[in-house]
Amino acid sequence: MSDNGLTPELMLDMYYHMALARAVDDRMWILNRQGRAPVVYTSNGHEAAQVGSAFALNRGEDWIVPYYRDLALVLAWGMTPREIMLHLLGRADDPNSGGRQMPAHWGHAKLNILTTGSVVATQDIHAAGLALASKVLKDGRVSVAYFGEGSTSQGEFHEALNFAAVHKLPVIFFNENNGYAISVPSRKQMAVQDVAARASGYGMPGVIVDGNDPVKVYEVVREAADRARRGEGPTLVEAKTYRFVPHSSDDDDRAYRSREEVAEAKKRDPIMMFEARLKEAGILTDEKLAEMQKKIKDVVNDATDYAEKAPLPDPATLGDHVYGTL
Amino acid sequence: MAKAKKKGLHGLDLDVEQIRTMYYYMVLSRELDKRIWILNRQGKSAFVISGQGQEGVQVAAAMALHPETDWIAPYYRDMAMVMAFGMTPREVMLGQMGRAADPSSGGRQMPAHYGHQPKHILTGSSPVATQVVHAVGIAWSMKLQGQAGVALTSLGEGSTNQGEFHEALNFAAVHKVPLIVLVENNGYAISVPQEKEMAIQDVAVRAQGYGIPGVVVKGSDPLEVYQVIREARSRALRGEGTTLVEAKTHRFTAHSSDDDDRSYRSREHLEEEKKDDPIPRMREWMESEKLWDKDAEDALMKRIKHEVDDATEFAEASPLPAAETIYDHVYGSSPA
Amino acid sequence: MAELSYLEAIREGLRQEMERDSRIIIYGEDVGVRGGVFRVTEGLQKQFGEDRVIDSPLAEAAIIGTAIGAAVNGLRPIPEIQFADFIFPAINQIVQEAARIRYRSNGAFHVPLVIRAPFGGGVHGALYHSQSVEAFFAHVPGLKVVVPGTPYDAKGLLAAAVQDEDPVLYFEHKAAYRSLKGEVPEERYLIPIGQADLKREGQHVSIITYGLMVSYALKAAEELEKEGISVEVLDLRSVRPLDVEAILETSKKTGKVLIVHEDNLTGGIGGEVSALISEHALFYLDAPIVRLAAPDVPAMPYSAPLEHAFMVTPEKIRDKARELAKF
Repeated sequence: MSDNGLTPELMLDMYYHMALARAVDDRMWILNRQGRAPVVYTSNGHEAAQVGSAFALNRGEDWIVPYYRDLALVLAWGMTPREIMLHLLGRADDPNSGGRQMPAHWGHAKLNILTTGSVVATQDIHAAGLALASKVLKDGRVSVAYFGEGSTSQGEFHEALNFAAVHKLPVIFFNENNGYAISVPSRKQMAVQDVAARASGYGMPGVIVDGNDPVKVYEVVREAADRARRGEGPTLVEAKTYRFVPHSSDDDDRAYRSREEVAEAKKRDPIMMFEARLKEAGILTDEKLAEMQKKIKDVVNDATDYAEKAPLPDPATLGDHVYGTL
Repeated sequence: MAKAKKKGLHGLDLDVEQIRTMYYYMVLSRELDKRIWILNRQGKSAFVISGQGQEGVQVAAAMALHPETDWIAPYYRDMAMVMAFGMTPREVMLGQMGRAADPSSGGRQMPAHYGHQPKHILTGSSPVATQVVHAVGIAWSMKLQGQAGVALTSLGEGSTNQGEFHEALNFAAVHKVPLIVLVENNGYAISVPQEKEMAIQDVAVRAQGYGIPGVVVKGSDPLEVYQVIREARSRALRGEGTTLVEAKTHRFTAHSSDDDDRSYRSREHLEEEKKDDPIPRMREWMESEKLWDKDAEDALMKRIKHEVDDATEFAEASPLPAAETIYDHVYGSSPA
Repeated sequence: MAELSYLEAIREGLRQEMERDSRIIIYGEDVGVRGGVFRVTEGLQKQFGEDRVIDSPLAEAAIIGTAIGAAVNGLRPIPEIQFADFIFPAINQIVQEAARIRYRSNGAFHVPLVIRAPFGGGVHGALYHSQSVEAFFAHVPGLKVVVPGTPYDAKGLLAAAVQDEDPVLYFEHKAAYRSLKGEVPEERYLIPIGQADLKREGQHVSIITYGLMVSYALKAAEELEKEGISVEVLDLRSVRPLDVEAILETSKKTGKVLIVHEDNLTGGIGGEVSALISEHALFYLDAPIVRLAAPDVPAMPYSAPLEHAFMVTPEKIRDKARELAKF
């Protein structure tokens, strides 16, 4: 393909993480239906945007501040399927929160994934703060905040972007625009077509990219990261994507969008398209694919079994970590 | 971004009397403001927050509205605006001295926290940008109730960095509410200059992010401001929604009587800013158009001095609130 | 009388209020087409149209702030905050604006507003979908705070809140939505804000509580009845203003008071109730006032053992009340 630094091996690895995320996601829904996981937040449909962006950064070195939709992102960043399942099932060894938070509330200190709450857009400001520290410490790190388009209506989105622009912080604001804030379509969310249009109000570039194309996402994020590391400040990236399933296992999307619309969107399934492209380029063979699929199945089974056997937190730990020392 | 066009006298939908009225309110506000600083120095008024330099924007904006149908949600620097919208100098002074009869708050709030229910001036607080969201609510309710009016809210450029500014404009744009958001950009958020507040030259460009028009206008030219607000009002009444207007203006004083602007603004820079004073500019233009002369100016100053004296004396003689009213107006009907 | 769930009673109340008063609008995130994430507003947009039941952008400060403006200009907004946990981005608008507008304008302006928000835990909601936030707001003069504990009270308190001329926070317990059922009259009725309700009479111990904990306390009381311990249960219904008279009356009657809330202990409503009893009924008491509340950790954790350790349950109430009875 182009001279973007993506070798065939890297592209295969990208594909692997996208497919792995989908498989973990599918398993989580099954566990939910079986009554073993009370709630699931999905990344189904967003895999290309998330994995493409992760590969463009120094994974485990830079900072990411994800939102609840970012399963594929954290997998590509280095969180293991076992860790994901420990989190889903609220086990004591869950590295995200030791079973304290709801599923999909990511956070992994060793991997530089900042812990996140449920109130949307708070993470945008935290990413700006991480980047402020990087600027002062000159540690060369870039921070990336991930968020849905609905959360760009929040005041904190505005405050974060303005702050980052004024101080030329090494941060990327990565919007996964899937067109819906739970049930509210984006035309009721904002009177503009593109979230990226907001960038000019802060004096930073706003870039739109096809969120179903991991290579394009990779290129855009790579450029934004280079810009940030050169001291030229933040970039707002808008990846146009689609959520193929309901918002969460407590949602029913039939109430607010037609089955035809979803079927139409699924024709551009990022995994399917990337698979076809890699095959066409001779990078992925049927044999390799079968091997990969078997590996994914084993990994997902292992992660599920591992987490189910792992101990739940001891009720006596309820009062731990309220303060460091009093 | 649209650039406002200045039309000649005959292109304005203002008659000569209205132009003179505009000038009157600008000078009245300047003189009342000066008196308030004197009262502060005399220990008679604890706090001053001043609109000197911004009178052109404020008076023109108020006069482009209809006080019977429209609402304003001003900010603390808007003395000229609230007077041009109907608040009297006596009422302003009652607030300034915390008297019981102060229509803004009965002496509860700091001075310059304007509010006047019968005159459609919404009560305001001190955290900046809260009023922008309220104005959206007023405008939205006008639309829902089929009322033919608009709301205008004003704020400083520093306040446009608040989340509530963003939430308000986004909300207003989605629901196409009849609203004018007037940013009085005087270049400073207390001591912080604009380049440290935002990485853009013009606040008006933020309009693009909401899908509404953003207009930049010269604040020292009240006729231009008037035209722009007038057009934004017509647009709102036609159902076309919200407009963001940015008036480039100046603050000739410190932020407040508790501030000293010499620590962050050179005297040379201030002198430069004062060359763009809306009051002499307006007077010179009126004189050149043969609408004004020395006699008229002398008569006006005499009238205004009388009004300022009257307002001061009236407020000073007016009673302070009784201590036992402290529990009044916590709720409408007192709870058990 | 029909038997309705707590959720249905609220929906029925909203529908009735909207039919009665065309100034009422409902808005918030997902309240329209989706009918709310819990379906409380289901069907209302269909009935009243998109101008009165409105999907708003995802911005809590704007939801409350615009409601303030709309209320000033003659509407009666009922904004919904999707989860009580998400109310904090709007706290400036609620505490510094809505609560203070009447006072700061010397009575010239006021804000008739009902802010509805589902609260409470025990539903695997973890830190950000489980909180009890009433004490934050009960501290603020200018606000009224109600927390219905039964379907009947839910409908009557809603009508009173809508009719009130001041901002009212109306907190609905998520776990109660479908688990609590009860008789609810079809016609409109008011339950005055600030009036507690004696849900059960007893002789030995008074339990003072509100919200979901009312039904838990009643369960505990039933069990203790079998052991010969007679428990009185006072449902506060409003946590601001408090029904001081009712609180003192039950305290004087039994002389033993257990205050229960799901919110954490320190700075909770229990402290205020306890202070009132100490000030005005100390010499009627036969035992120290006891509080049972969630532990002082920042919010409810997710994983089942931790959530259970956090949550106040009927069993915990029963044990505490028994202990107190034996004092």
